[in-house]
Amino acid sequence: MSLGPYAPFIVTSYLLVTVVVLMLIAWITVDYRRQKQHLHELEAGGVVRRSGRSATDMR
Amino acid sequence: MTLIDLANPTRFLSLTARLLPWLAATTAILLAIGLYQSAMAPDDYQQGATVKIMFIHVPNAWLSMFVWGVMSLAALGTLVWRHPLADVAAKAAAPIGAAFTFLALVTGSLWGRPMWGTYWEWDARLTSVLILFLMYLGLIALWRAVEDPSRAARAAAILTLVGAINLPIIKFSVDWWNTLHQPASVMRMGGPALDRAFLIPLLVMAVAFSLLFLTLHLAAMRNEILRRRVRSLQMMQASRRSA
Repeated sequence: MSLGPYAPFIVTSYLLVTVVVLMLIAWITVDYRRQKQHLHELEAGGVVRRSGRSATDMR
Repeated sequence: MTLIDLANPTRFLSLTARLLPWLAATTAILLAIGLYQSAMAPDDYQQGATVKIMFIHVPNAWLSMFVWGVMSLAALGTLVWRHPLADVAAKAAAPIGAAFTFLALVTGSLWGRPMWGTYWEWDARLTSVLILFLMYLGLIALWRAVEDPSRAARAAAILTLVGAINLPIIKFSVDWWNTLHQPASVMRMGGPALDRAFLIPLLVMAVAFSLLFLTLHLAAMRNEILRRRVRSLQMMQASRRSA
């Protein structure tokens, strides 16, 4: 597969899409862990939901 | 499970936890197939190898508008039906839509330089997509500026519906005005104008990116529900301390 004289434009496009998609995935993953951590800390401090169920309960 | 069942955030979280691994795996497989087909696609007789940029530019451009469409439906859900997850869906979609729009703009620019001789032209298609990107940023800023989620939800929903006027402008800009951008070549009367060698990888990439959006959107919605739980527990904690 030869990309010819415009290879820098093609490679930069694909690299950029890869980087931005990976950044989105990383941001969502880190945010999820952060929210779960906050909820665990609050529950450990004795703050519970009105329903009495765990705030991190996903079932 | 009906749509009304999903109005319950806990049920939504349960469904998401079961769906996400399968969605992520399917997305990864389809992306791998799409990327392989894109790499193997022949050069275009006019554009040469730069046609490969189309396989990532077009799905991002489609999704930039599709995500705003999803947010517009969610805005109706907030204003008309007061669905508890409608605002969560809109807020979670905005940064993802902004990222797709940014990628559509930049990959289009990188494709335009060798084909048009310029990275940017203030014509109708490019300018209307830039406006879409700025509207995404404006919405994200609005959600961050207003602390109370329910107040922010109404303002954001109205702004989203007003911004939806831009979608047909983007779509038909290439027909209504003179522009460097080519007219529609896939979704048009009379069927796609693309050869199968380009159409199939493009459609595979479009489905893969749509699944990527669905996966990221569900995960971001889950995060937003948890963020609101954190907020309500923090408020309970604060009211307990002040009592």
